[in-house]
Amino acid sequence: MNALRELWQSLTDSLEKLGSVIQFLLRLIANSPRALMRFDLISQQIFNSGALSLVIIMLSGFFVGMVLGVQGYELLQRFGSEEALGEAAAIGLVKELGPVVTALLFAGRAGTALASELGLMRATDQISAMEMMAVDPIQRVVVPRFLGGVIAMPLLAAVFSVIGIYGAQLVGVQIMGVDAGSFWSQMRASVTLADVNEGIVKSLIFGVACSLIAVYQGYYATPTAEGVGRATTYTVVTSAVVILFLDYLITVAFL
Amino acid sequence: MGKSRTLNLGTGTFVLLGFAALFFLTTQTTSRGLPFMSPPHYDLTAKFDNVGDLKVGSPVSMSGVEIGRVTKIDFDESDFKAVVVLRINAKYSQIPTDSDASIYTQGLLGGKFIGLTAGGADTYLKDKDQIDFTQSAFVLENLIGQVLANFTKSKADAPAADAAPAPAPADSKAAGKPKAAEKTK
Amino acid sequence: MNQASPIVEIRKLDYAVSNRPIFVGLDIEIQRGLITAVMGPSGTGKTTLLRLITGQVQADGGSIEVAGENLRALSRTKLYVLRRRMGMLFQNGALLTDLSVFENVAFPLREHTNLEERLIRQLVLTKLQAVGLRGAAEMMPAELSGGMSRRVALARAIVMDPELLIYDEPFVGLDPISLGVILRLIRRLNDTLGITSIVVSHDVKEISSVADQVFLLSGGKVVAHGTPPELKAYPSETVKQFMGGLADGPVPFHFPAPDYFGELLSRSGEP
Repeated sequence: MNALRELWQSLTDSLEKLGSVIQFLLRLIANSPRALMRFDLISQQIFNSGALSLVIIMLSGFFVGMVLGVQGYELLQRFGSEEALGEAAAIGLVKELGPVVTALLFAGRAGTALASELGLMRATDQISAMEMMAVDPIQRVVVPRFLGGVIAMPLLAAVFSVIGIYGAQLVGVQIMGVDAGSFWSQMRASVTLADVNEGIVKSLIFGVACSLIAVYQGYYATPTAEGVGRATTYTVVTSAVVILFLDYLITVAFL
Repeated sequence: MGKSRTLNLGTGTFVLLGFAALFFLTTQTTSRGLPFMSPPHYDLTAKFDNVGDLKVGSPVSMSGVEIGRVTKIDFDESDFKAVVVLRINAKYSQIPTDSDASIYTQGLLGGKFIGLTAGGADTYLKDKDQIDFTQSAFVLENLIGQVLANFTKSKADAPAADAAPAPAPADSKAAGKPKAAEKTK
Repeated sequence: MNQASPIVEIRKLDYAVSNRPIFVGLDIEIQRGLITAVMGPSGTGKTTLLRLITGQVQADGGSIEVAGENLRALSRTKLYVLRRRMGMLFQNGALLTDLSVFENVAFPLREHTNLEERLIRQLVLTKLQAVGLRGAAEMMPAELSGGMSRRVALARAIVMDPELLIYDEPFVGLDPISLGVILRLIRRLNDTLGITSIVVSHDVKEISSVADQVFLLSGGKVVAHGTPPELKAYPSETVKQFMGGLADGPVPFHFPAPDYFGELLSRSGEP
């Protein structure tokens, strides 16, 4: 009986947390227009979340693309359809792997940075100091980071997909001997703008989710060293679960 | 202030890279391309009884060389035929007017494409012309149904020696070399 | 002293955290132009009091008026306007870590005014000079010692020429020289700028050398108030223990525990 009550308690706690997060999101959105006027702040955050993540995204994209090339070739060869490798790699990357893997990597690299930065500012009273100086910390510090992440994500996902396709091409065409022309022409014949759009929409939604979770955890972190540590851990874990869940929802919605 | 310059440079480069990637994805992986980027072309139409799963964007080739793409697939209610628009690269301007268009399959399970076979006329197809001789797509189920039907029929004509099934003349659904196929108007 | 109304008036303040009462019916008046110290043992809620005065936290009962404005009636925007007339020095300085010393002090100016760069530069350098750190203008907060960051934070707190300066435990963790510096700054700034200062601290010796008025809090109430000499002579055991730094008195040395011998004996395992 006690277990049931505990379950109910954790359920209502989670619901309450969800409501609090959504409220925070609305607050961020409401403050966005004003924050956009300080574009220099946002630009800095795009650099932090995007440009600094480029290396890991490109490396990962390349390796994932190569794996797609190898596995894809091996599978398609059984049906004599190796020429479809380009199509398989492109669709897999553009619709699924690009947005999802990029988002997961983003949560690990940029998400934790955002959470720990804000958590540290909270722990060293910088946020209180700003409040005392009559500067709204949400506008000055939180929204730029949030928007920076949202803008960076689709761009990163696109880079991932492109590098991935070339990685698959390297394996498929240069190593396995698939005809380069077929690689690209079959891809062009079957990948539609709708597929690319689906990928972009996914990465935008993931961008909102990951950035929101990261700034929320950081802003409301317990102002101690372990509080900040917990905030970064929760960011990664929660982001991962939410991304994969949303991925399913969006994929179904686009069917 | 040197720090902020590197910053802006870095951000700008990143954003540029990102948009370049997006651009690449939308134009280079899809058949859409960009209107002002596609080479000069002209359009031909062809009517088919059955296009199978031919898609917009499927290639159009001649002697195995890709010379264009399918840009539109429509349905004509007056004669219940599919109307396919083929966009041909302008540099291939000498396709005889009596050429035929057939729908083939790539590999064993691949997508469909349109193959043109040259006729012998002296005049050439130009923009908005129609290809009169067409061959519809090969639909696997129909062939199987046909084989079975003919098989049971040949079993019924017990002593008859010609077991080779003669394809029904009405709708030509059998695939095969263009020469052996019937031409439908 | 002075005839103007008190800059901060706290009446019958009630505040509790998770059902634990911190303040019950608290009355405090902070006079303009003076340095007022708020002292008390750890945990009496001195920092909480500051957060109540600055509007970071809302009281449960009673009223707080700052410069004539009732905090409870203020909207967020009005509260922000009021805060521009205050400066606060946090315990650890709370400098923004990604900005240089100069930029930290310039921060309020950049956010709230449209002054041109030349003027901002002059103002910032003047304030840094007042705290003795003009030469450190290009350094980053990470390169500063504790005492130095506090001085920079002080320069930042006065850059908008506030009417009220609030110091939250400014003496914690400082070496004797830095202590001397901060003390001198608190007195000098208060007198030359004509402002009011509130210092929250439990360093009796330090604060007594500088404060004009002292409020001693304990158990959520004011147990004594007056000038430092008056407090030293105050006829109360609680005050005497605190001011004299005595290990035992009304605040007991021993944390409540069961009988000593009883616990020892049962520990040694005898039935």
